[in-house]
Amino acid sequence: MYTLGVDIGSTTAKAVILENGERIVASSIIIATVGTSGVQNAVTEVLDKSGLRMEDMTAVVATGYGRQTYEQADYQISELSCHAIGAHFVFPDVHTVIDIGGQDAKVLSLNERGQLANFAMNDKCAAGTGRFLDVMASILNLKISDLEKEAAKATEPAQISSTCTVFAESEVISQLANGVKIPDVVAGICSSVASRVASLVRRVGVQEKVCMTGGVAQNGGVRLALEKELGVPILYDDKAQLMGALGASLYAFNKENKKNNT
Amino acid sequence: MAEEVKKQRPAPDPNSAKMRLRKIAADAYSDAVEAKKRGELVGWCSSNFPVEIPETLGLTVCYPENQAAGIAARGGGERMCSEAESEGYSNDICAYARISLAYMKLKSAPEQDMPLPDYVLCANNICNCMIKWYENIAKELNIPMIMIDIPFNPDYEVSEAEIDYIEAQMWDAIHQLEKITGHKWSDEKFRQVQQISGRASKAWLDATATARYVPSPFNGFDLLNHMAVMVTARGKEEAAEAMDKLNSEYEENHLNGTSTFHAEEKYRIMFEGIACWPWLRVTSTGLKGRGINMVTTIYADAFGFIYKDFRDMCRAYAEVPNCMNIEHARDKRVRLCKDNHVEGLLVHTNRSCKLWSGFMPEMSRQIGKECNIPVVSFDGDQADPRNFSEAQYDTRVQGLMEIMDTNKEAK
Repeated sequence: MYTLGVDIGSTTAKAVILENGERIVASSIIIATVGTSGVQNAVTEVLDKSGLRMEDMTAVVATGYGRQTYEQADYQISELSCHAIGAHFVFPDVHTVIDIGGQDAKVLSLNERGQLANFAMNDKCAAGTGRFLDVMASILNLKISDLEKEAAKATEPAQISSTCTVFAESEVISQLANGVKIPDVVAGICSSVASRVASLVRRVGVQEKVCMTGGVAQNGGVRLALEKELGVPILYDDKAQLMGALGASLYAFNKENKKNNT
Repeated sequence: MAEEVKKQRPAPDPNSAKMRLRKIAADAYSDAVEAKKRGELVGWCSSNFPVEIPETLGLTVCYPENQAAGIAARGGGERMCSEAESEGYSNDICAYARISLAYMKLKSAPEQDMPLPDYVLCANNICNCMIKWYENIAKELNIPMIMIDIPFNPDYEVSEAEIDYIEAQMWDAIHQLEKITGHKWSDEKFRQVQQISGRASKAWLDATATARYVPSPFNGFDLLNHMAVMVTARGKEEAAEAMDKLNSEYEENHLNGTSTFHAEEKYRIMFEGIACWPWLRVTSTGLKGRGINMVTTIYADAFGFIYKDFRDMCRAYAEVPNCMNIEHARDKRVRLCKDNHVEGLLVHTNRSCKLWSGFMPEMSRQIGKECNIPVVSFDGDQADPRNFSEAQYDTRVQGLMEIMDTNKEAK
């Protein structure tokens, strides 16, 4: 049985095809926002990679902010549940999931069966999310993928105290004007994200094991800063950004499997 | 081609509780406008000020909080808040206050008009921002401000000393109003008002308590509308009659297996905080579309006042939700959750209300633990539409629903 999970986020569209709820056949990530053709491109790409057709999918589940607008989905569920399911699949012992996406940050608490039991999300402000890092990277004329290695070179991380993206931007410019080195500024930016997200984690409760999912998880600088803030190791898998789509495809499999067994 | 037949809705029954309550709420404004035209003095009154005082004295008062909620619900919140901000008020200040202060300046709003005040009646048992809001109005309009300080009570029960303090102020307020308006206090009239207010309150609390039935005979969002009458007119005979009618309709709904929640009731939640008035439809359909009925809220419970005499009334006004300590406030909510078979708690983190948003994180944690229910919060505002995100609300509500589903499956 093949199932397709589609995660339509605020900055990227992700798709995963799963075989029998066990093996990832193919995946795709397309940079695009809700309401663009990104989601269709992600689905086309994942089908091309897998050599399968849409008709081969037993069920399709959509998640993410654009979940309700994707007409080809058989079901839609929140990205909260999807990240919980995906993270539990990859890390069966995980109890706390930190998902930082393009415009929001979520902390999920999982019960013994790996189900979503509680969660906290950032407020209306997008500080501490992927967008914050995008803006900061752009000021520093760096690529997002460069942030990790720049942060690793830091000797004296700068203090970025503002939680507002706009104010933090001017703070970074002031730091640079005062001669602070770029790696130290980048490390400060990562710590600023970590500090903001850590308060969300504490609200839900730090219950090991802890893992990170979502696009920002790929930034080792943020992961390291969060480990320091929380005092616990943070598990990471290179499928972190796909975790929502993976969870959606697993949900589709479980749903169909249950249907077939009743 | 088949001719399109437009569905005709049956005309609403003017004797239904809904229509009666709607009329009472609307009349409160038109009566005040007429009173002002006749040359009578009109007051502005805070929602938890003892309404028995103006009612016994035969005074006409209007309620700025209700007006602000009405303006916000009809789409005028952003315009009025911006108006107040252009006067220098920060957008961190309560949006009801901003709308009211803007109205004082503009003297008119197409969404809901009411006459400007000749005096203001302020009690801080619901919030402390109220004091400066009303003082500003009093200073700008050069009118008297009558203030009853009903302080936050850190103890579980209201002490006799606190009642002494409040009672003395109540009498002082009455004497000031007698001087300002020329109306005279009558103990006999007070007893009548007390009896009516008690009857209205009991019927209101009984009506809201029908949520103990599963499924609930009403949609909890009804309460948010009907509550306006409990705020403004609980001392009036017609309000008591309409509340009796509401209670009997809900009981009938239960017996007939009907409800004003026009969907299958799959989940039952408690809603915490003031309604998100500018987004009332969105917040309501986000729940109803998923079969989630908001069966209870402390906000509705806050306007049922039952007491035996004047002194006991002073105690009752010191026991409103926002001025009681966390244990007392929590226990009241836990009782509502347990009595009404609540499966989840949805908390409105209301940017306007620092007080409410300040105590809710810990209180909701305690409620969740005591009742073993999931707690989810969303950011919003009681009247400023700019502080709400529909997509964020939707994700949180769906997450809450998915946890309630998991809990049901585990049972």
